[in-house]
Amino acid sequence: MRHRRTNLIHYLILLAWSLIVLFPVWTMLVNSLKKQLDIFRDPFVFPPSPNLAGYRYVLQDSDFLLYCWNTLFVVGLTIFVTLFIGSLASYALAFWKGKASKFLYLLFLSGIMIPIRLGTINIFQIVRSLGLMGSLYGLIPVYIAWGLPMAVFVLTTFIQELPRELIEVAEIDGASRMRIYSNIIVPLIRPALGTVAIINLINIWNDIWFPLIFNLKESHRTLMLGVTYFFGTYQTDWTKVLVVLTLATLPIILLYILMSKQFIKGLTAGAIKG
Amino acid sequence: MAQAKRRFRKDHWFFFTIPALVIYVWFMAFPLFNSMRMSFYQGTGLIPTQFVGLQNYVELFTNPLFRDRLLGALKNTCILFAICMGIQNTLGLLFANILAGRLKGRSVFRTIIFLPATMSVLVTGFLWKLILNPHWGAVNQILVRFGLKQFEGYPWLGKPETAMIMVGLVTAWQWVGIPTMIFLAGFQGISEDVLEAASIDGASALQIFWKVKLPLLTPVIGLVAVMTFVGNFNAFDIVFAMTNARGAPEYSTDIMGTLFYRIGIAGQHPVAQPNMGVGASIATVIFFILFLGVSMWMYFRERGSRVQ
Repeated sequence: MRHRRTNLIHYLILLAWSLIVLFPVWTMLVNSLKKQLDIFRDPFVFPPSPNLAGYRYVLQDSDFLLYCWNTLFVVGLTIFVTLFIGSLASYALAFWKGKASKFLYLLFLSGIMIPIRLGTINIFQIVRSLGLMGSLYGLIPVYIAWGLPMAVFVLTTFIQELPRELIEVAEIDGASRMRIYSNIIVPLIRPALGTVAIINLINIWNDIWFPLIFNLKESHRTLMLGVTYFFGTYQTDWTKVLVVLTLATLPIILLYILMSKQFIKGLTAGAIKG
Repeated sequence: MAQAKRRFRKDHWFFFTIPALVIYVWFMAFPLFNSMRMSFYQGTGLIPTQFVGLQNYVELFTNPLFRDRLLGALKNTCILFAICMGIQNTLGLLFANILAGRLKGRSVFRTIIFLPATMSVLVTGFLWKLILNPHWGAVNQILVRFGLKQFEGYPWLGKPETAMIMVGLVTAWQWVGIPTMIFLAGFQGISEDVLEAASIDGASALQIFWKVKLPLLTPVIGLVAVMTFVGNFNAFDIVFAMTNARGAPEYSTDIMGTLFYRIGIAGQHPVAQPNMGVGASIATVIFFILFLGVSMWMYFRERGSRVQ
């Protein structure tokens, strides 16, 4: 009896919080499908006849899709390079025994604890001296550097736990290190690569700091920088603002619903940071 | 001899680390170090070149233009930390305790609780700004519908008394999933035998929570606290979205991140030029605050494990 009552209380707590979580997301979604006046008249119900004008406007008559493409480009390239050079380094650091290896590992790890933003002033100067200010290409090396400490940490730990025999057999067969890397290590560490990819995807997709600092020119704006400008310009047109917010979040939310376990694992690991 | 030979192999391990090392040092490790060095320099060009010793720090701590803002930002960041510890992490502990049980549908709740952590802070901030809108926002409409007429048109983000609290609550709303998952892993690590033994001894669920689970969870609580601390002293986006980079109203939501941005990068009223030297000294101050926090955590963790 007592057991059932605690269960009921637990359900009530979780339901109440779920409501608080879902309520803003719900209002964002349903109101993006309404005309301005309907939002103010009845903000919480699903519209009987959805109005897609806001979506049509944002997708066709604004640069939203361009910003989306810019972000995808940066995310894709950054993740690819981070995974490649991060796994190469992790492979070495997992097998290389010695003081130098330990030192390099600690050097990478120290980047997990220290927020990269504290180096912004000098990063700004470096990117500017490379002539990349205002350009998407300036973001990419900074994002790679930002993601590397976590990548090296996750991947090195994972490689160290792989069964040694697999690698030893290949070594005896005379396979080169590069061959072992591409034929044995990479296929085996796929789950860890997925974790690292998710951490970077979320960090970069959602970042506003560096696009703001690098003052990206209009054709190079990322999605979140675009959202900032849209929010400023459409401020009084709630339908458009909500459409922009919905479109900027929905891809990640859908991906999260599809693979929530991996997301939770990756983001929690990414947050723990060492 | 064999060792010397191995050390100079053409595929020495070191070569594998070079690409990652170059980018990491070039764009992160070196700039972090160099930004600190720059806190001893002044100048109007792209890179401050004139060595001024501790002058930037003297400016920061004594010039009222900087000092008042620094103290204000420190205070507001501490308020943010207090709200995150008191609400976000306490709720996280509560949710984790519930989710560690055998409740049906717990994976659905887990997915929902964690959902905001995948959203952009910027989007979250803008969304809540709309919801907190004094005239059209849902929060005031709901309060009025429940008969709380005094909140009709109340500008939550426009009043210095409530703005920072709102920013803190939205931060807690967004990130509660992370401590929940960390605490959940902690609860699942507690052995069944211990809990069973306590239960057989006649301890109530509440007693087991306070006397058995919580003490065993102390290291995890420390970890969550230090993570929250680092996150809060690194925060910027939420204030940028909900109020603005000037920490409106009247600097009541100005935190360390926005202060650093304004002075070091964007330029602050009444001087529209960024002051990179003072900006770098703010970054260094933040670094030392974080360093202090993390060291304290490590010290207590060491001591705690020695006692056990």
